[in-house]
Amino acid sequence: MTKPSILILHASGTNRDAEAARACELAGGAPEIVHMNQMRSGERSFKEFDMLLLPGGFSYGDALGAGVRKALDLQVFFQDELREFVESGKRVLGICNGFQVLVKAGLLPGEEGKRQSAKGKNEAVSPRRVTLTHNASGHFECRWVHLAVEPGTKAGFLSGIDELIFCPVAHGEGNFQVKGEATLAALETNKLVALRYVDADGNRAAGHYPLNPNGSVADIAGICNERGNVLGFMPHPEDHILPIQNPLGGDRRLGLAIFKAMVRDA
Amino acid sequence: MTLRVEVTRSDIQSQKMVQDAQRLGIHRLQACRTSKIYYLSDDLSTEQFDTLCAFLLADPVTEEVHRGESDSGEPNHSGVHVIEVALRPGVTDVAARELERGIVELGLPARRASTASRYELTGDLSSEDLHRLARQLLCNETIEHYALGIIPPQFDAVTTASNLVDAVPLIGMDDETLMKVSKERMLSLDLTEMQQIQAFYKVMGRHPTDVEMETLAQTWSEHCVHKTFKSRISYRVKATNGFTRRAFEIESLLKTYIQAATEKVKPDWLRSAFVDNAGIIAFDDDFDLAFKVETHNHPSALEPFGGANTGVGGVVRDIIGVSARPIANTNVLCFGPQNLPVDQVPAGMLHPQRIAEGVVDGIGDYGNKLGLPTVNGAVLYDRGYIGNPLVFCGCVGLLPVGSHPTEAQVNDRIVVLGGRTGRDGLHGATFSSAELTHETSELSGSAVQIGDPITEKGLIELIEAARDEQLYNAITDCGAGGLSSAIGEMGEKLGIDVELRDVPLKYPGLTPWEIWVSEAQERIVIAVPSSNLPRLRELAALWDVELSDVGFFSGTQVLTVRYDGEMVAEIPMEFLHDGLPGRQMFATYYEPNVEPNPTFSLNGTVEETLLRLLAHPNVASKEEIVRRYDHEVRGGTLVRPFVGPHMDGPSDAAVLKPLGTWHHKRAFVLSNGINPNIGRRDPYAMAVSVIDEAIRNLVAVGGDPDRVAILDNFCWGNPTLQDRLGTLVRTCQGCYDGAVAYNAPFISGKDSLYNEFNGNPIPGTLLISAIGLVPDMERTCTSNFKQAGNRIYLLGETKRELGGSLLFNQIGIDGGMPPTMPADPLTRYRLLHQAIQQGWVRACHDLSEGGLAVALSEMSLAGRLGAAVTLDGMGSADAAEITPVELLFSESNGRLLLEVAPEDAAQLEAHFAGTTLSLLGEVTDSGRITISSQNSTLVDLTVDAALTAWKRVNV
Repeated sequence: MTKPSILILHASGTNRDAEAARACELAGGAPEIVHMNQMRSGERSFKEFDMLLLPGGFSYGDALGAGVRKALDLQVFFQDELREFVESGKRVLGICNGFQVLVKAGLLPGEEGKRQSAKGKNEAVSPRRVTLTHNASGHFECRWVHLAVEPGTKAGFLSGIDELIFCPVAHGEGNFQVKGEATLAALETNKLVALRYVDADGNRAAGHYPLNPNGSVADIAGICNERGNVLGFMPHPEDHILPIQNPLGGDRRLGLAIFKAMVRDA
Repeated sequence: MTLRVEVTRSDIQSQKMVQDAQRLGIHRLQACRTSKIYYLSDDLSTEQFDTLCAFLLADPVTEEVHRGESDSGEPNHSGVHVIEVALRPGVTDVAARELERGIVELGLPARRASTASRYELTGDLSSEDLHRLARQLLCNETIEHYALGIIPPQFDAVTTASNLVDAVPLIGMDDETLMKVSKERMLSLDLTEMQQIQAFYKVMGRHPTDVEMETLAQTWSEHCVHKTFKSRISYRVKATNGFTRRAFEIESLLKTYIQAATEKVKPDWLRSAFVDNAGIIAFDDDFDLAFKVETHNHPSALEPFGGANTGVGGVVRDIIGVSARPIANTNVLCFGPQNLPVDQVPAGMLHPQRIAEGVVDGIGDYGNKLGLPTVNGAVLYDRGYIGNPLVFCGCVGLLPVGSHPTEAQVNDRIVVLGGRTGRDGLHGATFSSAELTHETSELSGSAVQIGDPITEKGLIELIEAARDEQLYNAITDCGAGGLSSAIGEMGEKLGIDVELRDVPLKYPGLTPWEIWVSEAQERIVIAVPSSNLPRLRELAALWDVELSDVGFFSGTQVLTVRYDGEMVAEIPMEFLHDGLPGRQMFATYYEPNVEPNPTFSLNGTVEETLLRLLAHPNVASKEEIVRRYDHEVRGGTLVRPFVGPHMDGPSDAAVLKPLGTWHHKRAFVLSNGINPNIGRRDPYAMAVSVIDEAIRNLVAVGGDPDRVAILDNFCWGNPTLQDRLGTLVRTCQGCYDGAVAYNAPFISGKDSLYNEFNGNPIPGTLLISAIGLVPDMERTCTSNFKQAGNRIYLLGETKRELGGSLLFNQIGIDGGMPPTMPADPLTRYRLLHQAIQQGWVRACHDLSEGGLAVALSEMSLAGRLGAAVTLDGMGSADAAEITPVELLFSESNGRLLLEVAPEDAAQLEAHFAGTTLSLLGEVTDSGRITISSQNSTLVDLTVDAALTAWKRVNV
């Protein structure tokens, strides 16, 4: 069986790409870190890959809001390729800054999918209804959190994960918020919530800090699209792929499970 | 016409602002609404504007957009006051840059951009209140300016390029005029040095140019050549009765003490010490580790965020400058008391809390954005730092063995990589002086700059790639002295020929000398064979790094600098690097007149004292700060800043596993030691103590005491004053003795002198940073108690050494004996290391500030387990006189607490036979910490109470 090839897309300011690559490798994938400039020049293309991973970091310094400039790159340069990639059912994973990019580019949750293209100015803009904004604490925070895969999530490839995930968050803008209760209700009804912050026993964090580290509505740590092949979340499972990385010891609740699930049957 | 956009977050909390205002004594501020302002140099159509907002400017969920000026905030108009704050021209504005790029990427017409912040303040505020809020909370006039009301846009000034070069008419000047020139041009050269330059140019038969004077001043500066540490010193020790106890000559502090220790120890795993931007030691068969710690004190005092930000950037470039990939950061911070009453803040200084907040944000911002874990450090609060905070930034890098080339070749191109050059940091912190015209300062950016970590991240990636393809022959970072120092040092043996017109500028109008000595951030210089340039250009384009070819290594042994072909400087390298006259300095150490063993009484019970020490800002949890740093990125942090089942207990040191080395079990450890209080009592004792502290911390987590290298960072007052230099000499003597006793070579160091405010020096502060190896990453140790029923041992002797202790500091006693070097410390640390390797030590924690009582409490609270101990079996050298209270709070060196399972106790005791190891008691599940002595209970408190105090929950 050939290993699925995974494009890890690097832009200026990206980090945690090397760890993500290591996690993918350990999970049985064939990752490759490729710079945005190599994609733009046409030297490499999305078509070559089975999966796309947008890693963490501070793309372009996040100076205009987390993920905004890299999201612009995706929308301006790769609108059609990406749409094709997603519509073909290939998996897309966004971690931390990658999640922010997917949200700000309108790929998550994706219901407004046809955002205005920079070139096709006549298409109507349908404004985003979800966002990742500043942590409730008002600053960057790094701490370990527990995550539970949401039962019945549309990101079906996660459903085989039968234990909690334990891994760090490290972000300043990870506070998942929605415009209006209807938006949240739709996410819940459509099973687009993929991961939630929970306590060590798996009970919902219920907004309690620091179990829910950033104030995210409904303890949402990650969401997926309707088809279930695009997934994004704030925490860093790539930093817990070996038992020795676990600050509490033991060999369970590895973040590696997410990468294994992603690579399996891809 | 200019386009103005206001973007307001709907969810922002104004509570903090209201509280901060109350701290300033302004109680009538009720609420504050914050907006971002974006200015574009020309207007856009409605359709273009909507596109811009949708893609770049405003988040549709949390933000509202207003085009143009909303309320100007005339108080009578609406009851809302407006303050707007913008960066000064020339200060790095990444948001504006990214906006300009984004506009082009969107296909909109190109525009220049600038940004500002808008504060709408509700409340009955006087104009004086508003100015105070602006100056003390919202705006730092070092890098920003403000307006009450709408602030007009400022785009980077456009002026014509300048080729202005002045001759400095030195020849024939008398001494007084020479010194006047040195002062006016801010050259910081003393009379002997000015005379030396004068004599040289007399022989040359011409006046020096301003470019030449600046080059000499930079190259001969304290910062670049460490004049104080290299000068000859007449040293005297004065007894309290005024007699001279000893007097002798010291060849140089650096040679006599620091380098001498390294020479004496010199292990075979030492790769490079003192010759490069960072010290280098062997890690494994494939990789070496580089380590450097720098200070950025004065910039951080003026502009805390930017100062600390660029401090991190600077030390990271030191690591890039030895061809290493940065992999971890450290920082140690010294501030004034955070609760200092506002009226006690000296004029011209920021409040210590504002400094601390800015510094912490600045460190986090840069390190987090570089993707580097910030893993080890300390934070100290002391009145001695009110006028002069200390910011130590450290960085570790990994490089393949033998991959760092250091020999530039004749005809190699001189290539500058990274950021553009502006007037940043000209003459460092003395920039804003009266001699500069109004116009210059308007165009000049500022003495302190804000960092641009994303540009530096590109440098990290590019240099790693260029190193692996062996594209360059030498490399150095641009730090103090800018290009003049970087290129001047690289070409010391060869000579250089540089064309300043080819240096890319942030904005035109810089004169040649300004380009040459600018300290603009995020720049690296490399020596590149012409044949490698095309490939280097490809890599630079890939990583979005600007590259400029500014000259070549000439082989003439002359420093030649041109502007547009015209020669603007021509100095023989020999004079530049060896012409600096030797300096003779004078130092006196005054022995303190204090009681060696004072009698004292506690303010309250032992328990109350312990709780007070646990809540002391220097001991208490630093979680509020440390969690703002990413300590997990790169996935290799194995012993973290916080330990225990709740991941909130204090850690002694950080253990890291570098990416790319997971095929073996070796890891490395970072620790530090710092204690200015002991230095107040005796600087020699401080040096010995902080070396011991750094190494015992390192051993406590599993580090091998035979594989430790250390770094020195001295922050001192004005060394031309004999008493300041006297304590510095005495500290260096302690450094030598300590390094030799512990077999730990100094591999790099840095001195920051002249740390004074209004004639008051900071407490002389020595930071020792240690890096060592952990032979087996699976055999590390943490400080939290693991299991009830396990035994608690104390390793080491407890002496009546409370001089400079936290206890004496708290109850206000100057005397007492300071901690001394323990007997044969290396032997006990080796034994401990072996015991940890055997797996006999379940928890280990070092005794430092607050002594045994604090260390024991910390192990309990970290593990949420009780402890029951008695002092009766405690090993003490002064057993006859020492009191139980002294046993509890003495800060004798060489001591650690060990938790050992009952089944391992016999082996452990046999293992330590011949060393002082005392059984104190055991770990319990009682939820209480009890300490008794001769059947009387000294301490009986709940673990919760200790935890609450340590976390300062009620403070």
